[in-house]
Formats: sequence, C-alpha cells, structure tokens
Amino acid sequence: MGLEGYLFVSAILFGIGAFGFMARRNAILMLISIELMFNAVNLSLIAFNAFLPDESNAGAVFALMVMAVAAAEVTVGLALVIAIIRTRQTAEVDQYADLKE
Amino acid sequence: MSARILSREPSTLDISSVLFFLLAFGVVGAGIAVVTLRNIIHSAVAMMICFGSLAGMYALLGAPIVAAAQVLIYLGAISVLILFAIMLTQAGDANLPAPFHRQVPIAAVVALAIIGLVGWAVIQTDWDVVPQAVGAAVDAIADAVFTTFALPFELISMLILVAIIGAIFLARRPEEDERAN
Repeated sequence: MGLEGYLFVSAILFGIGAFGFMARRNAILMLISIELMFNAVNLSLIAFNAFLPDESNAGAVFALMVMAVAAAEVTVGLALVIAIIRTRQTAEVDQYADLKE
Repeated sequence: MSARILSREPSTLDISSVLFFLLAFGVVGAGIAVVTLRNIIHSAVAMMICFGSLAGMYALLGAPIVAAAQVLIYLGAISVLILFAIMLTQAGDANLPAPFHRQVPIAAVVALAIIGLVGWAVIQTDWDVVPQAVGAAVDAIADAVFTTFALPFELISMLILVAIIGAIFLARRPEEDERAN
C-alpha cells in the first residue's frame, strides 16, 4: 500500500477528530477528539518518513516529539477539565457559558 | 515468462496490503465509534482500539520505535489518564445527557470539507515516492534526536516539566492552601 492510502486514513481520522471536537458536548470527549487529530498528523508524518525518506529521519523524530507534546497537553487539559467540573458539577461545555454574561 | 507474470498478476493483494486494510478499518471504525457512542467510557475504550491499530500501522511502515512509543504513551499513559478522569468526574451511566451539541450539521460539513480538501490535495500532488516503504532504524532515529534535533529535544523536556507543575497547580483543591496558611 502506497503513501496515498496512509494519507487518506490520516485525513479521515483528522476529520473524525474535528467532527468530535465540534459536535460533542462533553469536555473530556473534546480532549479525546484532539488526541485523535494528533494521531492523524503522526500517521501522516510516519508515512512521509517511510515513503519520502531522508538521512535525518525527521518524520519519525517529529512524530515522537508530537507524542511528547500531546502527553503534556492532555495532562494540563485534563487537570483544567477536572478543576472546571469540580466547581461547575458538570462536564457539558454548553453549561460553561457564564463568562458570556 | 510473460504468461507466468500474468498468472501472478491477480494475487497482488499481499500480506502487507491485507494488514493495511485491516488496520485502516480498525482506525477509522474505532474513530467513528469514539465520536458517536453515547457512553463516554465506551468512547475511551474505542479510542484505545484506535491507538492500538495506529501502533500496528507504524510497525507496518517500518518504524518500530514509534510503534513502541505509541503503545507506551498513548495506550499506556494517556488512555489510563483519560479513563481516570472519566471515572473521577462521571456520576454513572444513568440519565446520560444528549451527547451532541446542536451544531452537529455544521460540524459534519466542516469535517467532510477537511477530508475532501486533504484527499483532493493528496490525489493532485505528484508524490516523488520511493516504491517500497523505507524503515526508520532505531539507531538512526537516536542519532537524529541527539544531534540534529538536540535543541527541540531539550525544549520538550522543559515543556514537560512546565506541564507537570501546571497540572499539579490546577488539580490542587483550593481548600488545601487555606488550611496550609
């Protein structure tokens, strides 16, 4: 299977993640959707590294760094979400509209 | 000679293509399950299936160290962290609220537009690919991380330190500082 197949899977997974981020009301599921988008980008980086290789293996190194940044992001994100849920008693993002008033 | 090549033509579906389609089905199917299932714990389990299939894809692309990191970081650490967060915050699966926001149609249109645009760009581009996937050897990646990409590597260690401190600060209960004072 060539580069295009992997890039199509990556594009579909990114679209699914974008849909989940915009369409779901649960704050934790929005974070999961962000993780899906990170993974879609990682898949395209690894596919580019395999099919358009260079000496420094930049694609694989970038994928590992994206994983580290994603781990940092999900740590802070979940801490924020848990802090918000503790004060607001709900995980539904459309009930966090108090700042609007 | 040509007859032998012709007779071999129909069996072009080799084992790596079969594995690719199985893993692609796992990634896309589990991804759709993540965003559509009503119970968020089921979504988290579907997310783990999606991450595991992606680890298989990385191994298929000849990047075993990235596949191992995927299993360790995503399947091992991030999934468990998310499951912990769900179990700390969800009241149970009784009276589940409606999972979708009212902007579902717009979200679907935008997601399909993203898929369509990226897919169109992939088809339009004339990729200068090598015919067979080239694996990323572990020692080559290690050399790259600690020579060419040494500065980003150090910056990421700093970022993770900042994230740890931030997470501890955010997750601390406010009453505890008042008691400490």
